[in-house]
Amino acid sequence: MSKILLLQGNQAVVEGAIAAGVKFFGGYPITPSTEIAEQLAERLPEVGGKFMQMEDEIAGIGAIVGAALTGKKVMTATSGPGFSLKQEFIGMACSSEIPMVIVDVQRVGPSTGQPTSPSQGEIMQARWGTHGDHWLIALTPASVPECFDLTLRAYALSEKYRVPVILLMDEVIGHMREKIELPDTYADIPQAERKQPTVPPEKFLPYSVDESLVPAMPAFGSGYRWHVTGLVHDETGFPKGTPEATLAAQNRLRAKIENNVDDIVQVENYKMEDAEFAVIAFGGAARTAYESVDMARKEGLKVGLVRPITIWPFAEKQVKELAEKVNGILVHELNCGQYVLEVERVVAGKVPVHLYGKYDNEAATPQELLDEIKKAMANK
Amino acid sequence: MTMEKLVEKYFRPGRLPHIWCPGCGNGIVTGAIVKAIDKLELAKDDVAVISGIGCSSRASGYLDFNTANTLHGRAIPIASGVKMGDPRLNVIVVTGDGDSTAIGGNHIIHAARRNIDLTVVIFNNNIYGMTGGQYSPLTPIHSKATTAPYTTIEPAFNIPELVKAAGATFVARATTFHAQILADVIAQGIAHKGFSVIEAVSACPISFGRQNKMGGPADMMKWQRDHGVPLAAWDKMTDEQKEGKFPIGVLHHDTSKQEYTDAYDGIIKTAQGGK
Amino acid sequence: MNLKIYTERCKGCGICAAFCPKQILKVSEIEKIEVLDDASCIKCGQCELRCPDFAINVVKEEK
Repeated sequence: MSKILLLQGNQAVVEGAIAAGVKFFGGYPITPSTEIAEQLAERLPEVGGKFMQMEDEIAGIGAIVGAALTGKKVMTATSGPGFSLKQEFIGMACSSEIPMVIVDVQRVGPSTGQPTSPSQGEIMQARWGTHGDHWLIALTPASVPECFDLTLRAYALSEKYRVPVILLMDEVIGHMREKIELPDTYADIPQAERKQPTVPPEKFLPYSVDESLVPAMPAFGSGYRWHVTGLVHDETGFPKGTPEATLAAQNRLRAKIENNVDDIVQVENYKMEDAEFAVIAFGGAARTAYESVDMARKEGLKVGLVRPITIWPFAEKQVKELAEKVNGILVHELNCGQYVLEVERVVAGKVPVHLYGKYDNEAATPQELLDEIKKAMANK
Repeated sequence: MTMEKLVEKYFRPGRLPHIWCPGCGNGIVTGAIVKAIDKLELAKDDVAVISGIGCSSRASGYLDFNTANTLHGRAIPIASGVKMGDPRLNVIVVTGDGDSTAIGGNHIIHAARRNIDLTVVIFNNNIYGMTGGQYSPLTPIHSKATTAPYTTIEPAFNIPELVKAAGATFVARATTFHAQILADVIAQGIAHKGFSVIEAVSACPISFGRQNKMGGPADMMKWQRDHGVPLAAWDKMTDEQKEGKFPIGVLHHDTSKQEYTDAYDGIIKTAQGGK
Repeated sequence: MNLKIYTERCKGCGICAAFCPKQILKVSEIEKIEVLDDASCIKCGQCELRCPDFAINVVKEEK
């Protein structure tokens, strides 16, 4: 049995978290993500989970690192300024391979910016925000039902690859209300499982791996006593700073993601079968783009939409194939041009790549985007 | 149990000698922690030791418990998450004066306010040792540091008063000279259900002692002997006699306040009972 | 033997020598602790208690 609800994107994330089996949230209030904290404060204790409002954004992600070490599925949620503050911990989670989901409901920045207005200004920060080379996953929902689905998927990926996953939302999606159908009970929803050791504690090496390159992660208190560090470490988990150990550690963290891009990267194609021109848009900007594509089609223009659902790792293969298929691409994003840089890199001049960046606190109207599509098609 | 046996039982094999400098007090504080754990007969699986970054924070890696050497200043939030995730665990935070009262200063006062059941052992060596001798919030005023070549003009925190005011329910202090008292108060802190802070007055002969002409490691330990006064004696001293000295022992112990994870269990009951 | 030294752990800080009531410990030229007169050791445990390096231990007789 299921029920039909009218929910905000942020609320759908909360339900997705409960359905995914999240048992701990640590965070700090910040617009436009606050509803996630508010509703998890209510929902988590109902399912035996715990919510902690911490003293600051850093402590919020710090607390979820701790709870993750005890085997819990964990979440924090934030927006622009808070996302900046969490970056150091995101690096630690990459290095120590601690599964977690960080929700970032993007607002206009930099600095305090426009807290209640939509933006997609953290595309590059989501990928490169923390210091040092690192690899992680970022997903971008474009509807309320997809907020629920991608929250579940974020946990599936985070546990499978022992990597932080960023659910990169924007204010449009976070605050938009839409119809969503949810099951009456989440009991039948498959739960992502954390890989457990197959050897007894005395033989356990916390960072030794099989061909998946993902180490097992027993919980603190389970009888496997191991050491966690953000220092470069070898398979024993203890710091080791030799060039060989550093190279091995970095290469494995990269390979466990890059070897699996086909599993991780999802892209939706909308009206792309016969398209001669493609719009690339994601999140809130994609909502405009669906409509603009429909309007273009009514005028006989063979336009389609390519919507990256996985923002990071970049949909390299899909964009490369796209460049073989269409004769022009327009990237529409709610910033001055971030994702477009990656598109340009991969398309590498094969077809013209245009940008319609919208960064005036408001999402584009379908007509505005359609005008840009036409302009781009005219001077392809 | 002799120290030799304690090392055998509670230290990870093959990890000594440790990284600390000759005469550094960190080894003594680390030894006091395992003595305390042994005294309480805690199972190794039931202990988590969470540290931040700095000299003292390297202690976690030597100890055969559930351990994490995390980010500078952030051990307490992580430890709070560990405790919330599995309240059965005895969660000990190993941290330095800079780690816990400068970059982590906000966290320690809020964890104290919540009265969450953590035992925070602050290795106070009055300096940033790992980075080579910069002044910390615990560097005494008018001391020299590499970032205070003309001496510091900032007064130091009084850790016990700070955390007591913030709500900590067990507060103690000892020195590496008073190693047995140190182990005893750490054991009492672990046994206390609530937020416990133990200031372990330690010495950094290399990065603090040299700059401030404190003599060698033994001289710095004698300084602790001559300046740390057991509470019973302290209470009988005049203000004049107390000048420049500090009390050691259990300075504050309040069992009347509810512990945070217990309180949260009440929230869960309320939330589930409301259905 | 009253004192057991783990030479590889000793860093020669001299704390044990300074606090030894019988003055039977000395830091050698290679900055390791040496027992000058084991027979005079009274097993007070000051050295073991204060050693920051877990390098010196009083040998306890098995009971």
